[in-house]
Amino acid sequence: MTFLSVPILTFLIFFPVVASLLILPFYRRPDSDGIVKWAALGITVVEFVVSLSLLVGHDPHLYQMQFTENHVWIPFANIHYALGIDGISLVLILMTTLLMPMTVLTSWVGISKQIPLFMINLLVLEGAMIGVFCATDFVLFYVFWEAMLIPMYLIIGVWGGPNRIYAAIKFFLYTLAGSLLLLVTIIALYFVGGHTFDITRLSGQHYGMTFQILAFAAMFAAFAVKIPMFPFHTWLPDAHVEAPTAGSVILASIMLKMGAYGFLRFSLPMFPDASHFFTPFMLALSVIAIVWGAFMALAQEDMKKLIAYSSVSHMGVVTLGIFVFNTQGIEGALMQMLNHGITTGALFLCIGVLYDRSHSRLLSEYGGIAKQMPVYSTLLVIFALSSLALPGTNSFVGEFLVLIGSFRNHAVVSSLATTGVILSAMYLLYMLSRVVWGVYTPKSYAMPDLKPYEWGALLPLVVLVIVIGLIPNPVLSVFHQSVAHLVSQVQPSPVALLH
Amino acid sequence: MNFSPVNIMGTMPEIYLTVLGSLLLLMEPFIPREKRSWLGLFAIASLFFAMIATIGLNGKGLPLYQGLYIVDPFSNFFKIAIYVGTIITILFSLPYLEKEEIHVGEYYGFLLFAAVGMMIMVSAGDLITLFLGIELMSLCLYVLVGLKRTIHRSVEASFKYFLLGAFASAIFLYGISLLYGASGTETISGLAAFVQNPGALKPMVIGGMILTMVGFAFKVSAAPFHMWTPDVYEGAPTVVTGFMASVGKIAAFGVFLRVFWVAFSANKDHWTWLIITIAILSMLIGNIVALVQKNIKRMLAYSSIGHAGYAVIGLLNPSRESLFALMFYLFVYLFMTLGAFGIVLILRRKGVEGEEIQDFVGLNKKNPMAAFLMLIFMFSLAGIPPFGGFLAKFYIFMAAVHAGFTWLAVVGVLLSAVGAYYYIRVVMAMYMKDPEETVEFLPNRMEKIALFLTAAMTVIMGVFPLPFVHYIETSLAILVP
Repeated sequence: MTFLSVPILTFLIFFPVVASLLILPFYRRPDSDGIVKWAALGITVVEFVVSLSLLVGHDPHLYQMQFTENHVWIPFANIHYALGIDGISLVLILMTTLLMPMTVLTSWVGISKQIPLFMINLLVLEGAMIGVFCATDFVLFYVFWEAMLIPMYLIIGVWGGPNRIYAAIKFFLYTLAGSLLLLVTIIALYFVGGHTFDITRLSGQHYGMTFQILAFAAMFAAFAVKIPMFPFHTWLPDAHVEAPTAGSVILASIMLKMGAYGFLRFSLPMFPDASHFFTPFMLALSVIAIVWGAFMALAQEDMKKLIAYSSVSHMGVVTLGIFVFNTQGIEGALMQMLNHGITTGALFLCIGVLYDRSHSRLLSEYGGIAKQMPVYSTLLVIFALSSLALPGTNSFVGEFLVLIGSFRNHAVVSSLATTGVILSAMYLLYMLSRVVWGVYTPKSYAMPDLKPYEWGALLPLVVLVIVIGLIPNPVLSVFHQSVAHLVSQVQPSPVALLH
Repeated sequence: MNFSPVNIMGTMPEIYLTVLGSLLLLMEPFIPREKRSWLGLFAIASLFFAMIATIGLNGKGLPLYQGLYIVDPFSNFFKIAIYVGTIITILFSLPYLEKEEIHVGEYYGFLLFAAVGMMIMVSAGDLITLFLGIELMSLCLYVLVGLKRTIHRSVEASFKYFLLGAFASAIFLYGISLLYGASGTETISGLAAFVQNPGALKPMVIGGMILTMVGFAFKVSAAPFHMWTPDVYEGAPTVVTGFMASVGKIAAFGVFLRVFWVAFSANKDHWTWLIITIAILSMLIGNIVALVQKNIKRMLAYSSIGHAGYAVIGLLNPSRESLFALMFYLFVYLFMTLGAFGIVLILRRKGVEGEEIQDFVGLNKKNPMAAFLMLIFMFSLAGIPPFGGFLAKFYIFMAAVHAGFTWLAVVGVLLSAVGAYYYIRVVMAMYMKDPEETVEFLPNRMEKIALFLTAAMTVIMGVFPLPFVHYIETSLAILVP
């Protein structure tokens, strides 16, 4: 499939990057911010519309990679420019392209300095993120995976809050340190797996148990930092709090998913035996993340921090679903990834709306905004209810599937994880009761309701929350075959069971 | 010694540069002061001339002068890198020397002679020829380092470099004499044949090998023979620092590689652990000490020690992977280092060079292009894709894993994560803080060309290195099957 005679995936990756050059002529003109914003919005919307054609062209009955492209990139060591997507990558790409226009909209007044540079960063970042989900060559994947760090580092560090430099460096070094071990694993896989970096050919081979364990552990470092799993999560609250709203949305909705995507795409199919070996460890970390994240969220005064910790908790559900190795669990995890992207992204956008008006994110400074901003409050309540997985909203589907999937094999773990659902109701309702209802505070006074660009950012997400919540089947059917194939790949080899 | 036409033809590039360099010295008194830049352009033209001659010689693996001198695709690769690096250096020098008021005509002559010395090094088929090359390069560099005669720091650097360099040369020469005493030959191929005898590995040979290794480690500024690097890099005029750090280093690596892979490949086990020790120490010292530097030239000096550590890993195992990794690494390193020093030397605070990292604060507001180029060089040096530095490190780690030293690759990646901090600190200063002082960045046309060239190569080597990969693959075919 091609678009403007460019293969569609290549187009999706490089269109935002190349189009961002259009912004360059306005770089030093102070009066051109409006044009730059509209250009960025236009580019991201076009990108989203083009990406929808993937949905049309994708055959959900196949688990194989589709829309494939393959060219030799660097002949030495057989590195290819190889792209392709299956159902799993497809939903994540669509989520990315959908959220990018929202991030531009939320920066409409939220970003006040160096707007052209900001928009260029956003667009380059979008290209790199789509590249991560498309790459089927391991080195190419790694290039996109690391290249994302540069624009994100700048977004946090240049446009962030008062403590932004600390947060940006912490983010950068944490992710880099994790990723570099992934690099060694990739190189080792090349020599063990038959001199190739092709992800499909590297999967489904049965490597020796020692190698599997070492490689899994090294990859775990990269993905666990990104997700972030329990002991590696400390960069997240800092990065979230300091990042501008757009940065928080991208971090929470898209970048955190890449860790889980890494587990699904690499760790499970390449090292099935090691995955089973590490299951107790992974399940324990997931449950700790769910409960610990929720308790931490309960104690937060800063709304962004609250949502950041809730992300840790919700991503725990995702890893729990992945490591039960059955169809419900993994489909639930994918649903949860998608829904967390939509809902948490929306919650960060909502906090951004408040922050743009009163420059505070503290719960104690707000109260009774339902009176001033009825429409906004309604949306906030919907998103919060979705985040606590109320039946009828999108998150319910994912969490429910994960809990069912895990209950079959690990009833205790599943029960412990269920407490996370209760705790999330506690912290979210507590937040709502203080912000939306509660006592009227001076800060909450005279805040205008949603502006058109905020409508534009939030409305599509509300629709998705409800539509996916009521009819999730179309979404599930997109990745059903891919997940079924994955589950078949991750069954432990009979040899390993003997050990 | 036989001066047959074949021998003369094979060494034509070196002859051209020597003659043209001497001519340059003769012309210098007759050129008026304000027209000094003509000399620079003349030097650039000479280098182009020599480059064409070298390209014409490509593809012929010729041992000339009874094996004293080797012209093969491997040495030609390094020579072309030396030409390119020297041309970029001259482009940076023209305006820099004017601003620093050290624009003497001899500068270009010495630069060309240093380049000839490096060319002799990478072509040497004999340890004495090699020593002559090293000395020619070093003597020119001693003078260039002390070019700012009135500045205390520059003279001190020159003197320090001279003393320590003389020591290193003496040690190296002593190593050669031991090797000669044991084997009766000083050609590299003769040594290789000698070392292959099982009974040959007497303590004298091992001692000689270790002493030559010390000499090379000094020249590539690898730990623990790196002590001179920070002081000399800081004291030397920045353009000379860039030249030494990039071009001088890759020439030294070229000869390091040839001697150890050809002459000592039979007793690899004896030096593998020495190389590993040098690699780990260099990566450790380079990356960790750089963290606390405030002066960007010192920081880049430690960074170059760290990079020497990574490059040394490429020497571990005489295989195609290692050779490719090392050559690719050096080629990328040439451009990113020259570019980074180029930015440093153009940046000026209150009329003097902006050498402190503090001077980079808020550069993005003042000159977004300069900040962006520095960002490219910094992230590339840190090894972050999509820049060339990433692929360079990637191939080095690949060579390490291929040689069976996966743990060394792990050590290397972890230290490069540590090292990333000081590079992104510069980016942080440029982008995330507001400008405080009157720093100006006004490149002229020459500097712009040089900056554009280095930045473009740094990006191309990371994004589309295909033509260069082909070229390196053909260049290395002669040394490993």
